[in-house]
Amino acid sequence: MSESRSAGLLLVAPALLLVSALFVYPFVLSVASAVSDPAGGVGLANFAKAFELYSGDILYTVFIVAISTALTGLVAIAIAGYLTMGETPWLVSGLAWLYRWPLFIPFIVAAQCMRTFLAKNGMLNNTLVMSGLFDPDQTVSLLDWRGIIVTFVWKQAPFVALLLAGSMAALDRAAIEAARNLGASRLRCLIEIVLPLVAPTLMVGLILSFVIMLSVLSVPLMVAGSQPTMLTVDISFRINAYGDYPVANALGVISYLMTAITAWIYLRCALREHREDAA
Amino acid sequence: MTRVLAGTTGKAMLLALFAFTIIGPLANLVLWSFAERWYFPFKLPVAWGLRYWEVVFRPTGVAMQSLVTSISIALLTVVVALALSIPAGYALARLRLPWRGAIMIAFLLPQAFPSVAIYVNVARIFYGLGLAGTIAGVVLVHAVHALVYSVWITSAAFATVDRELELAARNLGASVLRTLFTVTLPLAAPGILASAIFVFLESLDEFTGTFFVGVPTVSTLPLLLYSAGMGGNYQIASITALILLVPSILFMLFVERFLRADVLSRIGR
Repeated sequence: MSESRSAGLLLVAPALLLVSALFVYPFVLSVASAVSDPAGGVGLANFAKAFELYSGDILYTVFIVAISTALTGLVAIAIAGYLTMGETPWLVSGLAWLYRWPLFIPFIVAAQCMRTFLAKNGMLNNTLVMSGLFDPDQTVSLLDWRGIIVTFVWKQAPFVALLLAGSMAALDRAAIEAARNLGASRLRCLIEIVLPLVAPTLMVGLILSFVIMLSVLSVPLMVAGSQPTMLTVDISFRINAYGDYPVANALGVISYLMTAITAWIYLRCALREHREDAA
Repeated sequence: MTRVLAGTTGKAMLLALFAFTIIGPLANLVLWSFAERWYFPFKLPVAWGLRYWEVVFRPTGVAMQSLVTSISIALLTVVVALALSIPAGYALARLRLPWRGAIMIAFLLPQAFPSVAIYVNVARIFYGLGLAGTIAGVVLVHAVHALVYSVWITSAAFATVDRELELAARNLGASVLRTLFTVTLPLAAPGILASAIFVFLESLDEFTGTFFVGVPTVSTLPLLLYSAGMGGNYQIASITALILLVPSILFMLFVERFLRADVLSRIGR
């Protein structure tokens, strides 16, 4: 048995080695560089400088990612909910065919699409003007924080909807049918019966989306102007313009902490639910 | 009767609105790729044509070089990722491993962390090793990021292979290696192919890592799209974006054929 164990470890070792060399090691380096003091030793001077220069961008990043995650959740619930409980077959199949398109579209392509679509002379504004809803002088470019949020939700809502629809399809229909027979509306069924059952899947999808949005460089770079901007752009600027690794890494550690806090909240919720289930 | 009709019209309008939200941005991209001249306040291109398509597909052009670089990097990434994942996936599916759960999570980590700061430090390490700005450096960065797909999917593929078939081959006198190559690997092949496609697409679409590690010498399609888009050359940017869309959309249409439900249900277990 111990022979099979060491054989197994030997087979896994090369892949683990690559992860250690190109993820764990640079991660440790970034934390070490962030807490290094310019005068020598360990200190929080880099964080002080990062907050002094970029506190506005830190708040901007939290704001954008939080709003985008919330909207992603709402849109995904609406799509998956209608796919599961919709009663108009052509609407369900039309929706099912349409909503998947952004799933495999790279962020950089989505960013270029939105750069043209949301511009002052983009298709969105042109369509609103042609349909008579807007006057030409009422149009505004959405290429700022709103553009970033639209791009993130456009890209991530289908992903979360896919996960949710799968999880809703696997539910036992009996409870839903019973509630419907007792006269509950479809919306009430969705909110009070279906959603609590698929909440764990929703949370996993939203947390993955949250981390992805915190990691994407191309969307804030291409969709919005340079001030204010998201942390990923600041990190890149700090390196490319100044070669300032300590402050860039301090910003990096701040984004790790955002992820860690979200993961911690999730784990607390998951554990509490687990305990309630057990009790 | 009128109420039913009004309801149907309302639903049709909702669906049209949704279609516009999903397809509109893509349609705008297509319009730009055929626009030779387009400026404010015209709502459609002023002059249409294929001039920029010719520029992009000119055999000696920058775009063709980027395409060749992108595909070479993606193929090499598949080779590296599979060379590491097939043994790892087999071990995770079939052998007794200590801390198996922790090992599975280790492969997820590169995807579960905000990665820009990681890439910045990888680039710094690569400068010291002479790997910055090289194809090899970019391939390694792409491979680490793609390992979660390749390891998790190959492991799921091996887990679905029926053990009885392997035992039968062994009972008939086949050696362990022969059983592996004539029974286990061929049966796991569709899952391994699916993981290879995932890795290929992940590498083809990757921007951030290439942006930090590949500059200034390695130019892939996403980097070309970025520099053309930021430089205001929307036609080149749009055509590059459309080229990147082709494999993604083909994959979306055929993914269910490659990734069977029994493999899918075991991913990450």
